[in-house]
Amino acid sequence: MINGIGVSPGISIGKAFVLKKARNIASGILLSSEDEVLAEISRFDNAIELAINEIEQLKVDQTLALYKEDREILETQLALISDPQIREDVVTKIRTEKITANDALLQVIEVVVQLLENMDNEYMQARSADIKDIGNRIFKHLNKDEIILNTFKPNTIIIADDLAPSDTITLDTRSVMGFATQTGSKTSHTAIIAKSKGIPAVVNCGPPLKDIKDNDVIILDGTKGILHVNPDENTLFEYQEIKSEYQKEAEQLKLLKELPAITTDGKKLVLSGNIANIEDLESTFNNGAEGVGLFRTEMLFMDRDSFPDENEQFEFYKEVVLTAKGKPVVIRTIDIGGDKHLPYFNLPAELNPFLGYRAIRICLDRKDLFITQLKAILRASAFSDLRIMFPMISNRREIREAKMILEEAKSILIQEKLPFNENIKVGIMIEVPSAAVTADILAQEVDFFSIGTNDLCQYTLAVDRMNEKITHLYDPFNPAVLRLIQYVIEQARKHKIHVGMCGELASDPLATQLLIGMGLEEFSMSPNSIPMVKRIILSSSMEQAKELCKHVMELESSEDITSYLKQTL
Amino acid sequence: MITKDYMITAPQGLHARPATTLIKLVKNYKSTISLIRGEKTVLLNSMLNILSMNIKGGETISICIAGEDEFEALANIDQFFTQELKDL
Repeated sequence: MINGIGVSPGISIGKAFVLKKARNIASGILLSSEDEVLAEISRFDNAIELAINEIEQLKVDQTLALYKEDREILETQLALISDPQIREDVVTKIRTEKITANDALLQVIEVVVQLLENMDNEYMQARSADIKDIGNRIFKHLNKDEIILNTFKPNTIIIADDLAPSDTITLDTRSVMGFATQTGSKTSHTAIIAKSKGIPAVVNCGPPLKDIKDNDVIILDGTKGILHVNPDENTLFEYQEIKSEYQKEAEQLKLLKELPAITTDGKKLVLSGNIANIEDLESTFNNGAEGVGLFRTEMLFMDRDSFPDENEQFEFYKEVVLTAKGKPVVIRTIDIGGDKHLPYFNLPAELNPFLGYRAIRICLDRKDLFITQLKAILRASAFSDLRIMFPMISNRREIREAKMILEEAKSILIQEKLPFNENIKVGIMIEVPSAAVTADILAQEVDFFSIGTNDLCQYTLAVDRMNEKITHLYDPFNPAVLRLIQYVIEQARKHKIHVGMCGELASDPLATQLLIGMGLEEFSMSPNSIPMVKRIILSSSMEQAKELCKHVMELESSEDITSYLKQTL
Repeated sequence: MITKDYMITAPQGLHARPATTLIKLVKNYKSTISLIRGEKTVLLNSMLNILSMNIKGGETISICIAGEDEFEALANIDQFFTQELKDL
């Protein structure tokens, strides 16, 4: 049995697929005969051909729904892979230095990467990522890892070091039943993807994962955070039982879909989904949400080589708004920086990226980018109930500046005679402690608050949520975090503005009653968590919840709080 | 053999996207087509060669075409540098 952290609940039984990164470490092997040299050259040519075929196939794959820019990136990759200069350099190295195709390619790519990175041109510097990418693609074929993420056998459980955002774009989840990774935490990319797709996942399993081989039978328990490799019959039987129980429960939860989220004493609460694309939106409504509490716009900006222009952004937002069919959608303006980078927007490395140049700070500094996005959002607001939310606000001045730029965007649209909702609602994320502490001041500036518990927790407790050594300190049930949340909700209610939560805590069943008791009005979360939270709301009463809240807020440690909350569940 | 000077009208210079288009265009001809800037000459069949020249917007370069279909090639290369490039 292997222990990790369960980040996406459920049980999967399937076969392991070990995802290897291309082995780009020099082997140092020297070739001893002319035959070997020729064999290496033909191996290289073969790998190039396979890589070209792979890209050609990606280009015509309708299921990927590629944007024009994606196609252009693929065209550039094709040109680079079939570049005669690369082939010539590699072949020369194989011939003269008698090294393997693998080692020769490694050296050639490295030289090019160095060359590009030393240019006085940001654009060219960024191209070094493309060169590395095509290098990896050729390596993959050289090493006969002829696996494209797109084609898994049914019932596959992916075993990996960690999954990068680029690994998951083309992931076909119909055949992937689970993820297990060596590293990672509750908030890492793997966790977010797995949760949004409703696939069980266990992260941070450590080195024992290395011993798993392809096609090993795996039981993945994303609820308990454990893995069984090649289990005996008894264990397998036991888990099949548990799995069918789970499925029954999941079906029961689905029955709740049509019911409104009302407490036993008649208090109506709003349940909504966190989304990044149309797919998530569909899943949100399938799970019975009443709207979108957080529409992340970063995905539109990733995996491409320049900023999307106003029209492209507009079309994307419009599609989401139209699919939402009149239900409210809260769109968050771009939140880059921190751990999210764009290949074409060179953000210098920072010592403390989470305390640095990110989100609204970038937007207020780069007004050109901000205004383009605001105009696109405003234009989409003509079609339905779209609301704007600014991330990472830490003081009143930032809200006022952002709103001024929003007004400027509006006046440009009036001049351009384009329609938009003039009374579009404006809100902010409360995720910085300074914003939480001054919620009384900020509430006078906006129409709504949405509490982002992941960052609020990280900033309040001074715990880097990416640092695996201190995950035990990352604890939203710490009284400090709970007091801030309570204060924010209290101030929002006092100033009669709407208050919701879109961080992880909103989907934590342990916190549901407590948050109801604090007076939270909207819970926004990964679509798959909605039925579970709804079930708790349906069986809670406002009166009970208030009392529970009062008691919890008197407790002095997070251990006391969580054990008390567990008793009451 | 024909040699002709062109100014780079794309503000970002001869980066990946225009270079890709240019290489695809050159592939259609039998002629040997190269790009010259100052002392340095590269064949226009390699993306890396073009990128490594780090050619910026506003610079002037020469294109040299030699081969049986050099005039047809020139017509299309002309169109690329004078019309298409500024939008790439």
